[in-house]
Amino acid sequence: MAVKVQRPGAMKVGELPQEGHFGEFGGQFVPEILIPALKELERAYREISVRFDFQSELKALRADYGGRPTPLYFAKRLTEYAGGARIFLKREDLVHGGAHALNNALGQALLARAMGKQRVIAETGSGAHGVAVAMACAVLGLHAEIYMGACDIERQQMNVQRMKLLGATVHPVTSGSQTLKDAIDEALRDWVTNVPTTYYLMGSVVGPHPYPMIVRDFQRVIGDEIKGQLLRREQRLPDLLVACIGGGSNAMGTFFPFVTDEKVHFLGVEPAGAAALCHGSVGVFHGAKTFVLQDEHGYIHKTNSIAAGLDYPAVGPELALYKKLGRGEYIAVSDREALEGFRLLARFEGILPALEAAHALSAGVQRAQRMKRDQIVVITLSGQGDKDLDTVVRYDTQPASEQTL
Amino acid sequence: MILSQRLNKRFEEVQSRGEVALIGYIMTGEPQLERTLEYIRAMEAGGIDMLELGVPFTDPIADGPILQAAHARALRQGVTIQTALQLVRELRKSSELPVLLMTYYNPVFKLGEESFARRCSEAGVDGVIILDLPIEEAQSWVNQARKYGLARVFFATPETPAERVTKICEYSSGFLYLVSRYGTTGISETLAPTARPLIERVKPLVPSDLRIAVGLGLSTRAQIESVVQLGVDGVIVGSALAARIAEGIAPQALTDYVRELKLGTRLSLTEPRRSES
Repeated sequence: MAVKVQRPGAMKVGELPQEGHFGEFGGQFVPEILIPALKELERAYREISVRFDFQSELKALRADYGGRPTPLYFAKRLTEYAGGARIFLKREDLVHGGAHALNNALGQALLARAMGKQRVIAETGSGAHGVAVAMACAVLGLHAEIYMGACDIERQQMNVQRMKLLGATVHPVTSGSQTLKDAIDEALRDWVTNVPTTYYLMGSVVGPHPYPMIVRDFQRVIGDEIKGQLLRREQRLPDLLVACIGGGSNAMGTFFPFVTDEKVHFLGVEPAGAAALCHGSVGVFHGAKTFVLQDEHGYIHKTNSIAAGLDYPAVGPELALYKKLGRGEYIAVSDREALEGFRLLARFEGILPALEAAHALSAGVQRAQRMKRDQIVVITLSGQGDKDLDTVVRYDTQPASEQTL
Repeated sequence: MILSQRLNKRFEEVQSRGEVALIGYIMTGEPQLERTLEYIRAMEAGGIDMLELGVPFTDPIADGPILQAAHARALRQGVTIQTALQLVRELRKSSELPVLLMTYYNPVFKLGEESFARRCSEAGVDGVIILDLPIEEAQSWVNQARKYGLARVFFATPETPAERVTKICEYSSGFLYLVSRYGTTGISETLAPTARPLIERVKPLVPSDLRIAVGLGLSTRAQIESVVQLGVDGVIVGSALAARIAEGIAPQALTDYVRELKLGTRLSLTEPRRSES
């Protein structure tokens, strides 16, 4: 059976980022006080990140501190269970700290240090990015302050404790829905107040330009490695790449190096309770024009996902462009399906995935079932699930009527 | 269409009285939706020369706790752009007080810039301030605002370099909004140390047909007096009024507070920024 994904042409070269925009998406919709800082960030990034000493320090940190390259693991028993395409897992859960977040955090923390900024602020949803920032700042001698929604603090206690032990200050955010979106609101308010001394280390491919570009560039190591590893092992490219999407950083990191490889299909998996690409409309949020979940007045919806790291009403502007161009297929899976993905991986492969990654697993396995045995699916396992044990256990003991479908 | 005559006329009147303009803020729906007009009239009675009328947003990233709470209360009452425009239509039945709508961009984008500009103009709005729309993203908005005669107010901050101030002025009409300090909206005990250098640096860059108003943190007559002495055309008071309204101040007491602030706008101690013959 053929892969049922859209078959669009590769992205047009002219659609690649120009002046901070990805086609009609992206931009810098921020208060005036942040504009000079964003311009300075872009200038510094373009100048510093290409230097040999920057690149070699980042490479060494990624390898010796972060544990890269991460394995591309052939999930034999999961493949047998699915009975279709061969399933490979990109093991970002094995990056130091337990998630892909460190790829970006190390890169930007190095940039912050090179720019002479000692104070680093960041938002976090699941705590994965917060932990990665706390680690990167500890190892580079910077001070980290992390904004986290009170609701997320409640459901990701382990990561809160890890951040504190790593020397970071954690600021609970009690406004709005008390989740990732509100943590970004509060981090932006901090930046507005402390912009001369502070580096804002954005955790996903969202926000104003140049963040979507910077985070993508630091995360593309995921896709670059997949490409090299699969070519060495199988002498071919994958048929399908699968990644979960909240803001979209592990998806962009996975997809971007393949964007001009037309035969490689993308499957982006959103949580049903926060599916901006699937259910959103074009709007302007957190500094960028993109797909966002909003009402007819332009007010932003509260979201509801079992995975704190995906619980976000918008999506990175470059993914918005992919969606619009038909580059990739974007679907939503429910909390229950994600939990099934969690259990599948635990039982068949002995790996507890983060609930975020469990969304990609659920959709990826279902898709592999409908593909031929000589085809290859790569699912990015963006993080490990120790942080989610309470949530999973609680969900199991909850009456079915109260479970989100 | 000619730019918001009410606004320019009011600046001229205020100047001819030897004062600078006092611009007061209220969020649509404060303290309750059916009483906002009463509180606007109370501020007008106390002597505000212009009104900044807030439109709420779910994620007001440029606002501190006082105005965040006002946004949240307004949203709970279902306030939208339409609500604010209806309020302006009511106000216009009895008042020529210049009104500037203050909003975040997404509600404007969602409605459509053209539709928004037209409706503002029809309702009697004189200008629009969009907190998260820098000039790079504002070309189409500027065209619509120009078409419908709305003042386009942009910001200059302690971070804005000189060449950028000049460029911002080219996009602006009505007045240039000087953000006196770093941070979100709120109340400062004293005038921020960044205020004076900002005003002194920016003033020579602003063309003579564009006014200058200073905001952020102002709450006392003394602060206003010290800003006025630096030679600006307007002072903006937001959070200090919002906090009092949120605390349940009576309209008469609000009038008295505004009257006290207005006393600080007299130019008796200084020369006007430019002489208008």
